[in-house]
Amino acid sequence: MIAGEAEVLLEVMDLSMHFAARDGASGRVRGLVRAVDGISFTVGRGEALGLVGESGCGKSTTARSLLRLLEPTGGRVVFDGVDVLSMDARALRAFRGRAQIVFQDPFGSLNPRLTAGGMLEEVLQVHHLAGEATGRRRRAVELLELVGLRAEHAGRYPHEFSGGQRQRLGIARALSVEPEFIVLDEPVSALDVSVQAQILNLLSDLKADLGLAYLFIAHDLAVVEHLCDRVAVMYLGKIVEIGPAERLYRAPRHPYTKALLSAVPSLDRKSEPGYERTMLTGDPPSPMSPPSGCVFHPRCSHPKKDEECRRDMPDLEECGEGCFVACIKERSRLGGGA
Amino acid sequence: MDIVTRTRADEALLEVSELRTYLHTRTGTARAVDGVSLRVERGESLGLVGESGCGKTMTALSVMALVPSPPGEILPGSSIRFEGEELVGAAEARLRRMRGNEVSMIFQEPMTSLNPVHRVGSQVVEALQLHRGLRGREAAAVAVELLAEVRLPDPEVRFGEYPHQLSGGMRQRVMIAMALSCEPRLLIADEPTTALDVTTQAQILGLLSDLRQRRGMAVLLISHDLGVVAEFCDRVAVMYAGQIVEEGSAQEVFHHPRHPYTQGLLASLPGRRSRGTRLAVIPGVAPSPNLWPHGCRFHPRCAFVMDRCAEQAPDLLPIAGSERTARCWLESPETAAAREDTRA
Repeated sequence: MIAGEAEVLLEVMDLSMHFAARDGASGRVRGLVRAVDGISFTVGRGEALGLVGESGCGKSTTARSLLRLLEPTGGRVVFDGVDVLSMDARALRAFRGRAQIVFQDPFGSLNPRLTAGGMLEEVLQVHHLAGEATGRRRRAVELLELVGLRAEHAGRYPHEFSGGQRQRLGIARALSVEPEFIVLDEPVSALDVSVQAQILNLLSDLKADLGLAYLFIAHDLAVVEHLCDRVAVMYLGKIVEIGPAERLYRAPRHPYTKALLSAVPSLDRKSEPGYERTMLTGDPPSPMSPPSGCVFHPRCSHPKKDEECRRDMPDLEECGEGCFVACIKERSRLGGGA
Repeated sequence: MDIVTRTRADEALLEVSELRTYLHTRTGTARAVDGVSLRVERGESLGLVGESGCGKTMTALSVMALVPSPPGEILPGSSIRFEGEELVGAAEARLRRMRGNEVSMIFQEPMTSLNPVHRVGSQVVEALQLHRGLRGREAAAVAVELLAEVRLPDPEVRFGEYPHQLSGGMRQRVMIAMALSCEPRLLIADEPTTALDVTTQAQILGLLSDLRQRRGMAVLLISHDLGVVAEFCDRVAVMYAGQIVEEGSAQEVFHHPRHPYTQGLLASLPGRRSRGTRLAVIPGVAPSPNLWPHGCRFHPRCAFVMDRCAEQAPDLLPIAGSERTARCWLESPETAAAREDTRA
């Protein structure tokens, strides 16, 4: 399977999320948006899997469908051996006690009328945790301290916090149910570099101390390289490459991964001798009318690109060192998969 | 051009000195820009970096004379010279001519700068009418040429489309085409690629780089992304708390930072080198423009703080043996000498 070495906690198989695109005026269905189109991956216990790709590639939709914040249109999601998609309301609540999400914009996801402490106590009450009111109050303060805030912050409202503090609050809320798995959807994208460093340190401390597993969604490739054990690259609703972070950044195989990594501006690049950027042309196609064959072929600059790429959709196949790539030309270069 | 022959060789294209832009609000006076001096030479690219609220954008808006007043005020003693001509206190008609013909600005979010109910082409044509007095078919032809120059695919087709029909990258190309319509000698780009994906960002930066070379246009690039500035700019100025704290060639500043803030910022960047380690963190939080710290504004967060730093604000001090400056007492001759002594 497309897995790392850790024991599997979450397994996603052939997950799809297709939306009906409707005409604004008539309401008639114009077509199908294949936001997520048959993707498979696993997240191990205590492992951080990075999910990267550009806007509209389906990263966030993937996260929301596997937590059933959206009902996926196809595939399977198995969490700790239990099928998530067939859970009833009761089982789903228990699942959400173990799998949480933190959003990019902490302000938009915090209730402006609840104090930090009140918000945490509410979650504890809903999930029947930490006993009675006094127990909940004590636990809320513990949670604030766990994410680097102080007891006196419990009485403050979201608008009284800075961006970084709000993100800490979002993390505290996710931690309140003592989850094993957290989806982090662009958790540091809205923050300044120096604040971002503080939150990244917090996330790696929590991962080490509490044994948390993360699905870390980000468009910033440097952030993912810093924090994640493995990385999956998405393009137009599909995973085109997945593997250990160190290997994927050092020796990317898929032409899209290469272009993506090459586009990242860096402090050292000007001084790298003979460096030439692989520049992609144009914009990604619409997920309403994806190209035939390999979805990346119209923008691909692989030297061996040919008729086969236009015709056949490649599957993810192993290409050594725990990496999987969905590229016909890279597969044949390696003499077939494993 | 006659303008070029008029100017003296030692005169910068843009010279800002002791710029102070304050905002008077109900909660007090925000000293958003507080003594900024910078030079942009002809054809040069200067990067202005720093975190939110440090005064980057207010500096740019002051140069464009676009700071709303009230609440904004450019304090007496501030000077903004374009090709030697003072713009602070100049008549509105002169400023309009400057904005129309000499300096252009592009912003982070092209969708909010484009009019959603007008076709792309007619917005470029309007800019050409205003700035170059072109009319009718001629204006349309030049507009299509400009759209082609910014490498908008199918410029004739896009000419008749509305902004919402274009992708984010294409909209930013249209904004650049409009900015070029007046053939500016200075382009101020405020976070021009922040809202774009990384591959689109690479395309837009490549385009700006080509345009700069082909047109000999200077660029003042404002960005929070140090990588973008390192790749695009010749020189860089780092801002903190309304002031420039370090200035020099991009290569030197990013590889051998002198100011403790620049050092802290660079050390906090995640990436390959930081894998499996904790990131270095600048302690404390950025100060508020209503209440800049006394003395050196970075001293409450600085790892090298000395008694002097809390009492006396350092100027931008030249760094021996280079063209660089840093606003830090560590660069003062006495401290530098003491450092040599301890080393010996």
